[in-house]
Amino acid sequence: MHIKYESFVREPLVDGDKTYHQVSEDIIGPIERKPGRMWYVGFFFSLLLLGYGIFSVSWAVYWGLGTWGVNRTVGWGWDITNFVWWIGIGHAGTLISAILLLFRQGWRTGVNRAAEAMTIFAVMCAGQFPIFHMGRVWDGFWVLPLPNTRGTLWPNFDSPLLWDVFAISTYFTVSLLFWYTGLIPDFTLIRDRAKTKTRKMLYGLASFGWTGTAKSWQRMEALALVLAGLSTPLVLSVHTIVSFDFATSVIPGWHTTIFPPYFVAGAVFSGFAMVNTLLVITRRILHLEEYITIGHLEAMNKVIVLTGSIVGVAYLTELFISWYSQSWGEMAAFQWRIMGPYWWSYWAMMTCNVVSPQLFWFKKLRRNVPFTFVMSIVVNIGMWFERFVIIVTSLYRDWIPSSWTYYSPTWPEVGFYLGTFGLFFTCYFLFAKYFPVVAVHEIKFILKTSGDNYKRGMQKIEDQSTEDFLHVVHTHHEADHHEEAAHH
Amino acid sequence: MAIKKFAVAAYDDEEVLFPAVKSVRRKGYKIHDVYTPFAVHGLDEAMGLKGTDLHIAGFIYGLCGTSTAVGFISWIFTSDWPINYGGKPHFALPAWIPITFELTVLFAAVGMTMTFCYLNQIMPGVKKHVFHPRQSDDLFVMAIEIGKHGNEKEVADFLKTTGAKEVNIQVAEAGWWYGRWDKKEPYELAAG
Repeated sequence: MHIKYESFVREPLVDGDKTYHQVSEDIIGPIERKPGRMWYVGFFFSLLLLGYGIFSVSWAVYWGLGTWGVNRTVGWGWDITNFVWWIGIGHAGTLISAILLLFRQGWRTGVNRAAEAMTIFAVMCAGQFPIFHMGRVWDGFWVLPLPNTRGTLWPNFDSPLLWDVFAISTYFTVSLLFWYTGLIPDFTLIRDRAKTKTRKMLYGLASFGWTGTAKSWQRMEALALVLAGLSTPLVLSVHTIVSFDFATSVIPGWHTTIFPPYFVAGAVFSGFAMVNTLLVITRRILHLEEYITIGHLEAMNKVIVLTGSIVGVAYLTELFISWYSQSWGEMAAFQWRIMGPYWWSYWAMMTCNVVSPQLFWFKKLRRNVPFTFVMSIVVNIGMWFERFVIIVTSLYRDWIPSSWTYYSPTWPEVGFYLGTFGLFFTCYFLFAKYFPVVAVHEIKFILKTSGDNYKRGMQKIEDQSTEDFLHVVHTHHEADHHEEAAHH
Repeated sequence: MAIKKFAVAAYDDEEVLFPAVKSVRRKGYKIHDVYTPFAVHGLDEAMGLKGTDLHIAGFIYGLCGTSTAVGFISWIFTSDWPINYGGKPHFALPAWIPITFELTVLFAAVGMTMTFCYLNQIMPGVKKHVFHPRQSDDLFVMAIEIGKHGNEKEVADFLKTTGAKEVNIQVAEAGWWYGRWDKKEPYELAAG
């Protein structure tokens, strides 16, 4: 006999009086109903942005990258900034689904499905930038180690840019597998509930013929655990490798060993902010406040204040090391960052990433939904500026003063960035309509230990003295042993 | 493809399911399977199922990834097409760590997921009999196979004593087949 008791110190993860069936109703219900007007407006607007993005990219592909603002001094501009920004955002999903699984954090169950979806869509957006930065995008397959007629000329396996190709494609594949295997039992639920023929057929296909046998659940748990174990070093490796794109160069401002941990912390920081942005809206529109509780938002805000502080320490360390090195190139690069023509981007980064998240030390603010929403946007603006600062303000004044320049984006660059928002939100709106945004089977798994109504039922155990409680547990054990013995 | 007869019991609480599984096994009935809406810990042990070796398969796939990466890159850079990149050694093992790691993870994850699908016999287009439409919602469903000489009434009566909310007899396909979920199979139509 298993006693489903969890300390009262932990707040319930599912509010209200929920039964297993009610959980299915609450989460699957919105999929079976027609979406509201807000959904259509949002979806249409996303499609519009996506269309503008496709136009902007086509323009750049047709006329060449000369239509972008990048030049011979600043070779990487908005494009690579946006790439690093999007890929960083993706990291929170894997952190929630994999690392928190290994740490046995029950609260991940409420948010992991949407966060993983966000990861996949963010990686899709990120991937566009290096691809179209190639210019002659039709030759893009040259990055793959395929036998060819160019003498068999292989890609350079010693280059961080090629490591990126492997890291990001692996990251996308593994995230997709992890996400989809978790979705199979929930698609099964939609299939078994389906009243219309089309729904039954489509979700039948998507459910792979899952029926939820004991053996298949056993394998599912083994698979989830190993995929979590693989994804954890994977997600750390992805942003580490992205940081190698910079750190292995000899550009002042890029050539630093602090980059891998600093990039990973920044990635988690911006990713959790994006999860908050999405979930604050999703929980409200789909009425999921009882599953994505204030407690969930608070937990994520705690991660934001932690990672924001790590990033802050990294910024100060960079400044200190540039002075400590006494290398004039390093010192000049950082002096210009702070006080040069791009001072505004440095100070936007500092304010949004280091100063404002410190407000989350106050519990009242951590649990305030509108404040959380505003902060999540502020953090994402800050993290965008961080990438801009690292990339552009390390490049615009290089070794020869005659080639110093000032870089600003042109409309196709801005349009490309807006277009990835279109792609991201088009995917997210489709996800919110057709997929269960909360992992139903995982919520049911924790319901009897962490559900509000079940916790209230445990009040009598809470009131017991420790000795009485141990006595009860002990007799249960004894009874089980006797039964087993009788069986044999 | 084998159409068989089953006694099916549906329970609405896993706390009732566990003793029921135990008593059914003690009685000597053959449990075809137990269907649950989520992973119920300890159910596999209660049913006498062995642990899964899926993670061992994952480890082997991972090793394949590692050796593929190291073997392929070292062959290319030392024998097939050696290129001098800034005077670096041709056999630059530390520079290959990232790609080797990524391919290890990729092979392990993809291989394991495919093995998972194969072992569970799941794939788009695969169909299996669903004993109760609420077995993925809030019911825990146990199906007991009734052999040629089995007495279905005796089994059903016994299941009723184990705390089941519903007990019935079903004639169903025991394995899997290709089909559309919005279409009924001939055996289902025959059963009504």
